[in-house]
Parts: sequence; C-alpha cells; structure tokens
Amino acid sequence: MMVQFAWLIPLLPLLGFIIVGVLNKRLNVAMSGGIATAAVFISFIISALIFGEVAQEGSVPERVVLFDWISSGNLSIPFSFLIDRLSVIMLMVVTGVGTLIHLYSIGYMSHEQDHPRFFSYLNLFVFFMLLLVLGSNYIVMFVGWEGVGLCSYLLIGFWFKNIEYSNAAKKAFIMNRIGDLGLLLGVFLMYMTFGSVNFSEVFSAASNLPQNNTAVTAICLLLFVGAMGKSAQIPLYTWLPDAMAGPTPVSALIHAATMVTAGIYMVVRSNVLYALSPDASSIVAFVGIATAFFAATIGLKQNDIKKVLAYSTVSQLGYMFVALGVGAYQTALFHVITHAFFKALLFLGAGSVIHAMSGEQDIRRMGALKKALPITHLTFLIGTLAIAGLPPFAGFFSKDEILAKVWMYSPIMFVILAITSVLTAVYMFRLYWLTFYGEFRGSEHQKSHLHESPATMTIPLIVLAVLSAVGGFIGMPELFHAPHFLNEFLAPIIFKSSHEEASHTFEIMLMSVSVVLLAVIMYATYSYYVTKKVKPEEDSEELDSFAKLLANKYYVDEVYTTLITNPLDKLAAFVYKYIDQGLIDGTVNGTGTALNNVSGQLRKIQTGHIGAYVFAMVIGIITILVLTMII
Amino acid sequence: MNSILQYIPLNYYVALAAILFAIGVMGVLFRRNAIIIFMCIELMLNAVNMLLTAFSTFHGDESGQVMVFFIMAVAAAEVAVGLAILVMIYNNIRTVDIDELNKLKG
Repeated sequence: MMVQFAWLIPLLPLLGFIIVGVLNKRLNVAMSGGIATAAVFISFIISALIFGEVAQEGSVPERVVLFDWISSGNLSIPFSFLIDRLSVIMLMVVTGVGTLIHLYSIGYMSHEQDHPRFFSYLNLFVFFMLLLVLGSNYIVMFVGWEGVGLCSYLLIGFWFKNIEYSNAAKKAFIMNRIGDLGLLLGVFLMYMTFGSVNFSEVFSAASNLPQNNTAVTAICLLLFVGAMGKSAQIPLYTWLPDAMAGPTPVSALIHAATMVTAGIYMVVRSNVLYALSPDASSIVAFVGIATAFFAATIGLKQNDIKKVLAYSTVSQLGYMFVALGVGAYQTALFHVITHAFFKALLFLGAGSVIHAMSGEQDIRRMGALKKALPITHLTFLIGTLAIAGLPPFAGFFSKDEILAKVWMYSPIMFVILAITSVLTAVYMFRLYWLTFYGEFRGSEHQKSHLHESPATMTIPLIVLAVLSAVGGFIGMPELFHAPHFLNEFLAPIIFKSSHEEASHTFEIMLMSVSVVLLAVIMYATYSYYVTKKVKPEEDSEELDSFAKLLANKYYVDEVYTTLITNPLDKLAAFVYKYIDQGLIDGTVNGTGTALNNVSGQLRKIQTGHIGAYVFAMVIGIITILVLTMII
Repeated sequence: MNSILQYIPLNYYVALAAILFAIGVMGVLFRRNAIIIFMCIELMLNAVNMLLTAFSTFHGDESGQVMVFFIMAVAAAEVAVGLAILVMIYNNIRTVDIDELNKLKG
C-alpha cells in the first residue's frame, strides 16, 4: 500500500533543502540543481504511484497520522495527511510541474553565483506546498500556507541587493499576512462552531446544518479573505505584478502553477461550507469576476513581458474564483490544472526569451524572434493558443466549462466574463505578435547574442506544451459523448453537485462563437501589430487619458500608498519618537542617570577625613543607645 | 562593708566615669594629633574599667573585675598595633596630623 509512504513525498524536498543549503558553496550548478530536481522527481514518482491506487474504484480517503502534535484538553490536532482524490491531483500537479521547473532552472540559473541558495529555497517551497495540499486539518494546511508565503518572500527577493526587489518581496509577504489574518479568524470561528479543525469532522458536522447559517457564512468569508491574499484577488492583488522581480522560474512555479492556486484548493476542499452558504459564494463570484475583468484591462497596456503574464495570472485566478462562486468546484480545479500547464509554459517561455535577449524584458525592444528561437516560439504559441481558448488545446475546455456554468447562474456575469475572454485573447496575442514577429527592435549587442536556450530549458517547455495541448481531454463536455474524467474522479469530495447543465444547443453556440471570435481577434491583432507595425508607446510619449489609466494600473498602488502606507508610516514614526525613544528609552536611560546622580551625591560621605568617620561612629552609637532605651 | 570603696556612694563613681568618658570622646572628636587620640581612647577604656570595678564592688560580683582584666589586655594589644601603624605613617609623611590622612577621599 503506497499510501503508507505518503510521508516521503514532502520529506524528500525538505531533505533537498537541507542538503543543498548546507553544502552551499561546495556544489556546482549541475549538482545543486540535480539534487533538487531529483528530490522533487522522486516525490513525483511516489505521488504517481499513490495516484494509481487512489484512482481505482471504491477507494476511500486515507488518513496517515505522523505524530500527535497539539493535544491540550479537548483540542487535539494531530500532524496527519489526508490522501484522497483531491489531494492526489494537487500532488501530481505540484510535483510534476515542480520537477519541470527545477529542471528548467538548472539551465536558467547556470550563470548565477548563488545557485545553491536558489535551489534550496525552491525545494523548501515544494515541501511547504506539499504540506499544504496533504494536510488533513486546517492547521497543517496553515503551516504549509505560511511556509509558501515565506518561500515566496525569499525567492522574490532572491537578488536582495537590489532594494526594489527586496521591497517587492516585503510587499508580497505583508499582503499575504493580511490575508492570513482572515484565514486564522475563520479557523478560530470554525473551532468555536464545530469544536474541531479536522476536515472530516468539520465537514460531516456542517452537512447537518441548514442553509445560510450565519456562523458558516462568516467562516466562509473569513477563509476567502485568506484566499484573496494568497491568490491575488481584489483588493490584495498588487503584490503579484511586483513579484515579477524574482527570477522567472520562481514566477512560473509560485505565481502561476502552485502557490496562487492554494486559495482555490482551500475553497474546493471546503466546498461543503461554501455550498451551505450561497451569500458567501456569491461574494466569491463577484470578487472573482471583478478581478478577472479588471486585471485583463490592465494587461492590455503593459510592456514588460512578465507583467503581462502576471496580470493574466490575476485575471485567470479571477476566473477560477467565479467558477467556485457559482458552485462549479470541479470546473475550478480543472482550470487550475490547465492553467498550471499553460501559464508555467508561458512564463518559462518568457524566461527563455529574456535569457536569449541578454536580460531584456521590454517587448518594445523585441520582435522577429521567431527564427532565432524556434522551440521557444512554437511552445509559446501553443501556450498562447491554450490560454486564448482555441480547441483542442487545454484552455478551451476548462474556460468553456466555466462560461457554461456561469451562464446557468447569471447571464450578466456571463457577458462580463465573455468580454474578459476577448480581452485575454487580445492581450495575449498582442504579446505574441510583438515578441516573435515584426522587425527586431533591440540593440546590435542583443542581436548578436540571440541563441536558442539549452536542452535543460527547452525540454520542460516541450513537455508543458504537450500537456497544454492534450490536458483538456480529461474534462470533455457532455455533448461530445466522452466521459468527463475529472468530474467523475472528483465526485466523492463534492458535497452537492449542481445538476443543472447547459443545454446542448447553448454549448454548441458558445463553442462556435468563441472559436470564430478568436480567429477574428488573431487576424485583427496580427494586422494591427504586424502588418501595420504599430508599436506600443515609449515611456516618453504621452498617452491619452484612458490608456494612461490602464498603463499605470489604475493607480491602485498609489492609492494604497496614500491611504494606508503613508498614514501607517507616520504613525510608526510618531510611536518611535515619542513612545519608544521618549518613554521607554527615557525610562531606562533615566533610571541609569538618576542612579548615577544619587551615587554621585552619596559618595561625598567619604570625605577621607578621619574626624568625620569617628564622629559618624559616635552618632551611630548614641542612636543605638537611645533606640534600645525607647524600644 | 565589703571594701573601703563602698564608703563613697555609687553615684559618684558613675558620674566620674561618665565625665572621663565624655572627655575621652571629645578628645577623639576634636584633637588632631593621632597620639592624643590614642590617649583619649585609652581614657575612655579606663573610664569603663573604673565603672566595672565599682559595680563589681557594690554588687559583690567578681565577674566585673574579670572583665576589667580582659579590657586591659585588649587595650594593651590595641595600643601596640596602633602605635606601630602610627610609626609607619610618620615614616612616610613625616606628620601625625590626621587632617593629612585623606587619601581615601571619595
């Protein structure tokens, strides 16, 4: 029974972290990268074996208890793993995509001095992420949750000597922590309501409750605050574009495939609670759709290749939350999987382009890279087609399913989401045409160094491209008369499946319209950016007001700085000056000074004059005599 | 009567001892020459001796006189040590004025 070895899965990356971290300077890139990749790869093999076991009919969720962690009074929280169908899917995604990204990093970070630190942090991240998806209660999940936030900070600020990158890392961590406060409050409320934080106990207790119980709604909303921070929804999303300061493999792993999906995993895991609380679910859907649309509009005017992909990630995460909000939990997970494939592919492809362009990230300086980077170009094209939703690539099926489910829930939301899909296609193809077609707009020096990436970088690209191409077939819609593998696989963990299915006519219409629309967009963006050679404006040029608003990301960062950061800074300066320096330092230093002064006065008793000493003795004796006579 | 000393009432002995003791104390406090101070200390000790002897006579208890012997032995030892120290001081600073001995001033 492979399930008994489940504890090995997170242990191997942890060992990788320790070994690579301790051996540090003694390892060269191949060795440090090799150890790290091997650790995650072996975890992947074990996950695949466990997946094979769990995938069989009639398998029950297994709980693997590692040790008794917290037990005080009535509170008992063991450190245990839950191996059921949801966790094995997440395991496969995390370890699989993780292995590919580790392999890619060997090539990408080959010129980096500090590569052992990088690989040890990557392994530590995988360890915490695995804890997150394996945990059988909210507290073990929270350990993983916090840990991935920490590793995100360490990895974003990897090149810490640059102050801007360090600030971006700080921003990511602080925003995550704000979300975590909500998560913790939700867990506390859960303990007060249900008396337990174990998944199985909470969910079985909750399933007996009536709809719209206020406690359950409050718990769902608080947990969602945590998801907002971790999965970059409005208003806690601004850290994700700034997080592009980290090395590209970090962006691919953490901010596309795994960490940001932790929020969605948590909601899918807690689907019992969300199904019981339609109010909370509709708020989730609303925030998701707002984020999806909002981020897509910003992506239209970004000029850094990674920033476009970052806003795309925020937007796609919004899609997933919309799916969760309308009750389509399996669909959201389907989109998580396909998004992991194509977004990681796109990020790694962007990294390959940046590597070839000697570090250039501005798409206004790129162009005509198709010939110089054939493999990167082809895989990036597949990724773009997947995210834009061309059949039979993966993104088409998952996005189509979300749209169909949203139509059954609310036509207005469907329209907004459909417009967002159009915007997605537009900004992705803008990125694609400007990077790979047209004329080369970079410097001569960059042109001479253009080269396709080494095999360690192109092999993961190819693997991810294949997955993006065929990954959609695990969830075919009904009308193709093919089984929806994913939905059937996940059926045991879903509390209440929504039985409403969109009509076949609607599905056919939706699919055909989206394909036609996509073809139109591809042609229109091609003629705009390639044939007419329109370039995005340089920084020095003036933009008209709406474009300026988009290019400056709706000034959200500036608003946050004025409303939140500056007042807090002033408050902190005030407290520092008057309470820390004034009161506390004053008291401590003042005590010292007072003691000094008093002792300075007291030492004058020692006059050195013998007569004075004798006089003091006489006075003392007289005092004693008088006192003995009185008392 | 145990001895002829008892012909003088006890008050007179106490008064005399008190006066001698007071003179000794004032000498210690007010005189500057270290040797005079030693002599005044001796005076105080002898005043106490006299008092002890007087009480011993009037109460017929010999312990008082035994104590006097102890005090005299201690006084002798103390004078020996004290005068030795004083000689060492004189060898160093050529004076026995206690106002000059203020090196331990705080």
